[in-house]
Amino acid sequence: MPVEIDVTTVYIEDRPYPMDPEQNLLHQCLSAGFNLPYFCWHPALGSVGACRQCAVKQFKDEHDKHGRIVMACMTPASDGTRISIKDSEAAAFRAGIIEGMMLNHPHDCPVCDEGGECHLQDMTVMTGHDYRRYRFEKRTFRNQYLGPFLNHEMNRCIQCYRCVRFYREYAGGADFNSFALRNLVYFGRDKDGVLENEFAGNLVEVCPTGVFTDATLKRHYTRKWDLEFSPSICTQCSLGCNISIGKRYDTLRRVVNRYNGEVNGYFLCDRGRFGYEFVNSERRIRQSRLRTEAIGPDAAKRHLRDLVASNPGVIGIGSPRASLESNFALRALVGPDRFYAGIPSSELELLRLMLDILRSGPAGTPSLREVESSDAVLVLGEDVMNVAPRMALSLRQSVRQQPIEIAKRLHVALWQDHGVREVLQDAKGPFFIATSSATRLDDIATECCRGAPDDVARVGYAIARALHSSSPEPQDLADNQRAFVESVTNAFKMAKRPLVISGASYRNIGIIRAAANVSRVLPGATLSFITPECNSFGLAFLTGTSLEAAIKAKPTAAIVIENDLYRRLPAPEVDSFFSQCAHVVVLDHLENRTTTRAELVLSTATFAEADGTLVNNECRAQRFFGVFPPSETIRQSWQWLGEWENLDRVIADMSGGVPGLSGIAQAAPSAAFRMSGAKVPREPHRWSGRTAVLANITVDEPKPPVDLNSPLSFSMEGNPDQPPAALIPFFWSPGWNSAQATNKFQEEIAGPLRGGDPGVRLIEAGQGEGIPMASRAAESDEDARLSAPNRDRQGADAFNGALFASVPSAFQPRENEWLIIPLFHIFGSDELSRAAPAVAQLFPDPYLALNADDAAKFGAEASVMGRNLPVRVTPGLPQGVAGLPSGLPPLEGIMLPAWSGISRI
Amino acid sequence: MTFSPALEEKFARILTIYPPGRQRSAVVPMLLYAQDEIGHVSQEVIDEIAHRVGIAPMQVDEVIGYYSMLHRKPLGKYHVQVCTNICCLLVGGQSLLEHASKTLGIGNKQVTADGLFSLEEVECMGACSWAPAIQVNYDFHHKVTPERLDRLIEDIRKAQGTKQVS
Repeated sequence: MPVEIDVTTVYIEDRPYPMDPEQNLLHQCLSAGFNLPYFCWHPALGSVGACRQCAVKQFKDEHDKHGRIVMACMTPASDGTRISIKDSEAAAFRAGIIEGMMLNHPHDCPVCDEGGECHLQDMTVMTGHDYRRYRFEKRTFRNQYLGPFLNHEMNRCIQCYRCVRFYREYAGGADFNSFALRNLVYFGRDKDGVLENEFAGNLVEVCPTGVFTDATLKRHYTRKWDLEFSPSICTQCSLGCNISIGKRYDTLRRVVNRYNGEVNGYFLCDRGRFGYEFVNSERRIRQSRLRTEAIGPDAAKRHLRDLVASNPGVIGIGSPRASLESNFALRALVGPDRFYAGIPSSELELLRLMLDILRSGPAGTPSLREVESSDAVLVLGEDVMNVAPRMALSLRQSVRQQPIEIAKRLHVALWQDHGVREVLQDAKGPFFIATSSATRLDDIATECCRGAPDDVARVGYAIARALHSSSPEPQDLADNQRAFVESVTNAFKMAKRPLVISGASYRNIGIIRAAANVSRVLPGATLSFITPECNSFGLAFLTGTSLEAAIKAKPTAAIVIENDLYRRLPAPEVDSFFSQCAHVVVLDHLENRTTTRAELVLSTATFAEADGTLVNNECRAQRFFGVFPPSETIRQSWQWLGEWENLDRVIADMSGGVPGLSGIAQAAPSAAFRMSGAKVPREPHRWSGRTAVLANITVDEPKPPVDLNSPLSFSMEGNPDQPPAALIPFFWSPGWNSAQATNKFQEEIAGPLRGGDPGVRLIEAGQGEGIPMASRAAESDEDARLSAPNRDRQGADAFNGALFASVPSAFQPRENEWLIIPLFHIFGSDELSRAAPAVAQLFPDPYLALNADDAAKFGAEASVMGRNLPVRVTPGLPQGVAGLPSGLPPLEGIMLPAWSGISRI
Repeated sequence: MTFSPALEEKFARILTIYPPGRQRSAVVPMLLYAQDEIGHVSQEVIDEIAHRVGIAPMQVDEVIGYYSMLHRKPLGKYHVQVCTNICCLLVGGQSLLEHASKTLGIGNKQVTADGLFSLEEVECMGACSWAPAIQVNYDFHHKVTPERLDRLIEDIRKAQGTKQVS
């Protein structure tokens, strides 16, 4: 959020520039567009002054001709500061620092994976160091195995310490460190092994050189300049992180972060970064088929049309992992009455409820940047790290918000990373977790409260009650619950930007209602819902009915898009549905159990081949663009299902025809957009082989494929200027080949991209086209209005007394039966990344989770729901509650939570 | 693992001198005292100290890697440290190191077969005014010549009653 700031004047080469005194000179010089080399500083990590690379000459006043060298990253941009970047001594100093680094840095650029997008290369060229005078040997290290995602090549290290600062301090990892000293400093684990942190993959971009490189890219390596990029959106959870996807020939080579100041900022999770390989999977459906026969696209489409014409009762089953456009195309084909959302009612109802709550406000839903700046957080019933990983990284920063006030009081500048950490020590702001089992964020939690899902809901209700007397009161809370409620309440009363996080993981309506109540009685609070999949909210906008209703309708024909129904409902139900359905058409890109039941399978585009819109968990509609040119045999779902000329036609029909979606056209410029008459090139201008790749077939250079759906071209030709933020295929700027080129695309370093961060929010607090809520309490009495001491809250009057009244009763354990809840895994629970070989190496085996007491009763293995599974002791599970990993074959399709007996084997 | 009663007592005292929650500040003294007793810092010692101050063993490892006077491998009973930093270097520190290596029959950071001596080239130990200097365990020896070094080694050997290894 841009805030009013004092502006100071800093003179660079005797010319005045307006600057932000709260920032350091490096940050401000880069923001002003200067090229100043740096290594240890990172926009998200702050300054430590370790590398001495950003040296500039500072002068006392305009008469001072001598000056002194200072580190720009360690000098505040205070008023009247006079510096020179060009000064010959400063320039020589910077070149000397690089020369020092080069004493040990290997000359292996031609075989280094970082080559061509290496910050060290860029900075070396920038300083002008080009000749090695040192004649002795370079020091060498033994590298480590760090797991399936990262390669380790320590010889290249320049000791900037960014990796360990990111991994330990920013991402909270514990199994990575710096060892030894002087030029033997080593960054790694204490022994070989998979890096445990879920954000380790960011080291690829955090490391300024090639110490940590993408191990998945290495298996199908291509230089950055030879990749063809598209701006895309991650499809592997509901947060909608912006990604830049790169392909060469017919392979998707890698995913890197695409900065979006409001969403993912500089970082991705490892599932999002490395889960892309399903696009190249051998399970891909690359050819449509009728029963077992391959069939051409035109014949396939004809067959689909005939089938729809001859079966007036044909139904459509949509999907939360398909784009809005594809779901809408299906809905338009079969009619809104026969469009089914493709998810069980237990999930669909919750999604609708969440949208209703967000529409009626007053609590707004925060972007990830706002999550990061929250100063008191309550998580109700979500294992954030495993369900929406990138949000967990934001939460790790949010616990610093309150302690940072200490640093402010001591006048420690917030960019002084080391200084702030010294002041803060281990201090953490209020962060509370109420879930049914331990989570990966417990280490930063002020307090955790464990209970069955209904008890989590009751705790939420109790917090709302403690904050406001018109919220219903749960009876008979346990002592530990009371204590937890009191802590949360006290923290929330003192907070300026409190946040409540909840979601659909436990399929528990009480938890969502309780979260809504808390957010509603707490003026100024924000409310974030985590949804199960990348377009869950988008699907909920399209008002289909549930999957059970589709089965009950007993249709004679059904069209299923991008949805494996066997992951949604128990196999017998899906089996009987398919058996009674005479004609089944499935549009999908990976073979699965649903495609085996289809009469007609249409080979469908993945996110990397498709264009469309996804609605993330904050109701931000974001456009993604394919990186593969249109294929004869593979088409997007909306292309198979309709006759639209291009994506914009679908969007126009949809935004006119579906309430709440009228804004989606603004998510990105239309296909007609041109910059100075030209499209935005997907290929860097150094892309090689344009005239040679097809030389064995023809020496004529073919015309680049036409892209009707986007203003991007499948070519290196086009306007080389910076495109609008939603269309940036990759970050590159002259002299800045690495990911650090992001600097050149932002209005201000670490601020919004030029022209505003991409995406359009479909719901702003209290502004939606809300449906009246079913259970609302009476108007709150005037005297019960919140008094908000020590703060000035605008939201206080917006409180309208709309509170949910039905508190669930306390969870009662049963004799010989357990409530089985779903447990989520960042690697394994998601459907598509399961087909990515690197991610697959980290899947857990299916197991039954029990608390220690229950586990002791059953021994190493137990039988549950007809399956024998190894028992895993899982901390935090309450008495009478057990867990099964969600989405892990053969356990997918089981509707959880559910009661079940567990027996000894 | 447990240490000698005297060391246990020392550890118990050290852990009380830092403010609550800052017990990891005790890592360096604990490592030094444990090394004095055991002769080096074993993995067992690392795990135990990490456990006692409530940090990961890897964080203790990080400290050991930083301080050159902490050793993860067993040293000789007498650890001969020869300074080759600038002042000592100017007045023969380097040849003193080479001489020590020849006399002891071991190279830098090696231990004699009988376990009596180990040799290490070290950085400045603050004895520049009396260079060249060496340190044997905690004892300083100033203005050392090759002859004085031989005599020192011989004295130690005699005191130990072991025969010469060459």
